[in-house]
Amino acid sequence: MGEEEGLHQTQLLDTMFVRGLKRKCFDGEEDIEGTLAGIKAVPSYNLQRQSLLDMSLVKLQLCHMLVEPNLCRSVLIANTVRQIQEEMTQDGTWQMINAQNTGQASLDRLVSTDILCRSSGDQAEGKHVPAYGTFNKDFESDQAQDGSETMSTASSVQAPRNLQSNMWEEMENPQENKGNFQKSLDQIFETLENKSPNSVEDLFSEVDNSYYDLDTMLTGMMTNTKMGHCDSLETFSSPTNTASNSNCKSDLNDLDHIVEILVES
Amino acid sequence: MLYWSSLEKIAGGQFCSLLKSSFFLFLPPADIISTVEFNHTGELLATGDKGGRVVIFQREPESKNEPYNQGEYNVYSTFQSHEPEFDYLKSLEIEEKINKIKWLPQQNAAHSLLSTNDKTIKLWKITERDKRPEGYNLKDEEGKLKDLSTVTSLQVPVLKPMDLMVEVTPRRIFANGHTYHVNSISVNSDCETYMSADDLRINLWHLAITDRSFNIVDIKPANMEDLTEVITASEFHPHHCNLFVYSSSKGSLRLCDMRASALCDKHSKLYEEPEDPSNRSFFSEIISSVSDVKFSHSGRYMLTRDYLTVKVWDLNMETKPVETYQVHDYLRSKLCSLYENDCIFDKFECAWNGSDSVIMTGAYNNFFRMFDRNTKRDVTLEASRESSKPRAILKPRRVCVGGKRRKDDISVDSLDFTKKILHTAWHPTENIIAIAATNNLYIFQDKVNSEMH
Repeated sequence: MGEEEGLHQTQLLDTMFVRGLKRKCFDGEEDIEGTLAGIKAVPSYNLQRQSLLDMSLVKLQLCHMLVEPNLCRSVLIANTVRQIQEEMTQDGTWQMINAQNTGQASLDRLVSTDILCRSSGDQAEGKHVPAYGTFNKDFESDQAQDGSETMSTASSVQAPRNLQSNMWEEMENPQENKGNFQKSLDQIFETLENKSPNSVEDLFSEVDNSYYDLDTMLTGMMTNTKMGHCDSLETFSSPTNTASNSNCKSDLNDLDHIVEILVES
Repeated sequence: MLYWSSLEKIAGGQFCSLLKSSFFLFLPPADIISTVEFNHTGELLATGDKGGRVVIFQREPESKNEPYNQGEYNVYSTFQSHEPEFDYLKSLEIEEKINKIKWLPQQNAAHSLLSTNDKTIKLWKITERDKRPEGYNLKDEEGKLKDLSTVTSLQVPVLKPMDLMVEVTPRRIFANGHTYHVNSISVNSDCETYMSADDLRINLWHLAITDRSFNIVDIKPANMEDLTEVITASEFHPHHCNLFVYSSSKGSLRLCDMRASALCDKHSKLYEEPEDPSNRSFFSEIISSVSDVKFSHSGRYMLTRDYLTVKVWDLNMETKPVETYQVHDYLRSKLCSLYENDCIFDKFECAWNGSDSVIMTGAYNNFFRMFDRNTKRDVTLEASRESSKPRAILKPRRVCVGGKRRKDDISVDSLDFTKKILHTAWHPTENIIAIAATNNLYIFQDKVNSEMH
């Protein structure tokens, strides 16, 4: 991932959000057009907001939980995610994504059975289709270049978005893109390692009342907050992979959850 | 001892630059300091660190010959308060980091303090031993039994002076009271009870009883999916043993009266400032989260710290704070970056001086800020090695936000966000402050005005 790129984006995010502050009600149509037009020098408010949403979701992902995560931080991030989702719903941008949910039930089944029946022959080459203009493209090219260390971080960010894009493609050409879908899910599993889904709704749901007030699904918190100069920030950075926690379930229900959540987000 | 200048006018109406210093103190091999607390007389200063250790400093008695060279703080005792633990049920580590230390009012020759990590609170008793008995009949000096045939007469053992020995013993362990992480403890003015607060609950303990506690606040929703707010800090009122306040991640304060009901979920007063619509952003809620709340010594006011400001609240006015001070407003345009690197979640503490006329809080780049409530002047100082050599003078610092840049100004982009001063403490009666800068402790004194005014 290009650090310069990340820095550029961050700086832009800062400016954009300052500008975006005063725009409580904005003309949704205009921005959607702007987004679809794709390549712009300055990302639109929508893109900025989307990237903030993605950043927040990454922060919530359960990465490597050795110590119980900071609940206050999780709650604040989750509230931010809710805020963005609410605004996106009001703007109508959310509907764009939700329109794809009609085939959700069938998708779940697709995924479930696919996993069960998966053979090596089904591994198609990863053909990532961009959803938004240049934004996604950057991540894709970065993912290809990154070493294994940052691979998980880049792909953990990218995977949800690729999944989205693949979802859309799925609706159009279910046969062709089954392989892509599968591959994206594999990426997700590599990084999440059977960890929790990142839906806001499921964040705080409890598994076992008697022992777990905080379900393991709660809060993908990073154990160590990244402390560094703002200048050297990498977008969507997260700590290096360490030995993961083994206290999460790994059954297909989680898989369904993840699919469901990623579609919604 | 380092000195800073008084905030009061001195000859010419300007802030006096700093004064003299003798030396400053370092903690032995570096662990990040996680809490700092003076005791009620200011004679002792306790620090807790990330490794679970507590270090207590004691102030040397003042020398009558040099009234301006006030007593300095030296290490008095060091002990391991908490050890790392493992929660087998959740497969999670429990950090040994000391989140808070609170001193008990001294009732006899011994000193007592409460220290807590995320889960367990411990009561420690600190005693001095400076005499030992000598002249036993049956034992010799090394404690070995004497040969009885050599004992020809009886003697009465006498107490002889010895080198001062400080003994620290754990007197109580208050365990298993909290499911979530303990963020605050506060000793009640009745000196019998204290409270501990975690993210969702507050418990009331009796200092002598460890096997049970009363839950007095519970904001855990029935469905954890509905959780949107957590408790961030809490404190008992300094004089009214029935009143306490707790702050939330949404920026509100709740004053509760324990006489009203056993479970104080329903607040007596709710202190909340309406949001400024022109400043609204996705980060508004995060930066409004209160990281610390402190009652004034008078008990009339409360001081809160959120990410960008410190606010003074009058207990009688719930609608808005009576005073608001900007700590580092230049960060307002950087919130997205600070969100990305998690700095936006840093929890800064705040402190009153003894007369409630000056408030203090930490910031980044090892800066800390003081605000004089009467004159409305403020100053930014830096806790760093360079500025803290013997007899060094602490210069007021300035962060420039563009526009004219003076010499020695620091630009916002050069601030070091890894150097954060989260923990500060002010001596209860004198102008002495303790500043924790990562793993270094600085103690500053106001040389000109050592007494409160």
